[in-house]
Amino acid sequence: MGNGTGIGRVRGLGSARHGAGHWLTHRYTSVSNLLLVLWLIFSLATMPGLDYESVRSWIANPLVAVPLMLMLVSVFWHLRLGMQVMLEDYVHDKGLNFFAILILNFYTIAGAAAGIFAIAKIAFEGAAS
Amino acid sequence: MARNRSRPLSPHLTIWKWGPHMAISILHRVTGNGLATAGVMGVIWWLMAAATGPEAYAAFIQCATSPVGYLVMIGISWFFFQHMMSGIRHWVLDMGAGYELHTNKTWSLVIPVLSTLATIALWATIFAGKI
Ligand code: HEM
Ligand code: HEM
Repeated sequence: MGNGTGIGRVRGLGSARHGAGHWLTHRYTSVSNLLLVLWLIFSLATMPGLDYESVRSWIANPLVAVPLMLMLVSVFWHLRLGMQVMLEDYVHDKGLNFFAILILNFYTIAGAAAGIFAIAKIAFEGAAS
Repeated sequence: MARNRSRPLSPHLTIWKWGPHMAISILHRVTGNGLATAGVMGVIWWLMAAATGPEAYAAFIQCATSPVGYLVMIGISWFFFQHMMSGIRHWVLDMGAGYELHTNKTWSLVIPVLSTLATIALWATIFAGKI
């Protein structure tokens, strides 16, 4: 272990002590996933129809658009943390693991952005068009 | 990963007799990652189609209501209920409860039954609405 550069001094000392935060955030988002995804399933199952007009007018309601966006934030956050653990368990090569987590970050941000943008577009355009 | 070769590794996967708690454990991982990929992409496709316009939405509905589409959606819903219930099991285990052999085994057996019942109830509601 070196005592020169910062990285030389911390290498080999184990975790950066961020594990508990990761773990707890995963539990928090699992609680919000439970509530918000169940709400989505219940709403979809009880809606009179899932045709274009019905779905758009449902999403255009602010009391739907906001929880739907929150659901995406919660689900993507949870999935980002969960898939990292899976990748750390199975992708042992350091370089490949770094690359896999890079792709996971892109996937998370791109997916959540696409979904939130779609909801916002419908909400701001209104049900018609 | 660096490890000290002079120290033994603990016995791993292959040496244990399979039990329901192992199945629940690996299913939690399989369902979590399945939802994270197929499940989430399905929802994003649905939202993007609705935001894009009637033609895009019609294409989505055509795929979703095909036999394969229903199979995938039913599968994803079972994945969700299974992951949700084993997730609640994780909450209990995280609090340090439920590790007694009998309790652990019982819940591991009950959870897939509950998630299958929830899936049947959901699709029965959906199909009943269509008749
Ligand atoms: C559709 C939404 C969800 C997605 C996409 C999702 C995805 C994931 C993923 C990818 C993992 C990592 C699996 C692993 O490393 O073994 C995970 C773990 C976990 N999930 Fe979810 N999940 C969702 C909903 C839920 C819900 C509703 C709950 C709770 C009721 C929950 C509770 C948990 C818990 C406690 C863990 C950690 C298990 C462990 O310590 O290994 N999840 N989830
Ligand atoms: C067939 C048997 C096994 C299966 C299917 C299995 C499956 C899994 C899965 C899916 C996870 C991650 C999700 C979770 O934390 O719940 C996990 C975590 C883990 N497994 Fe296993 N496993 C098995 C046997 C073993 C054995 C024999 C050992 C050790 C001797 C072991 C040690 C661990 C450890 C230390 C973790 C991390 C727990 C944590 O992060 O909280 N597993 N296992």
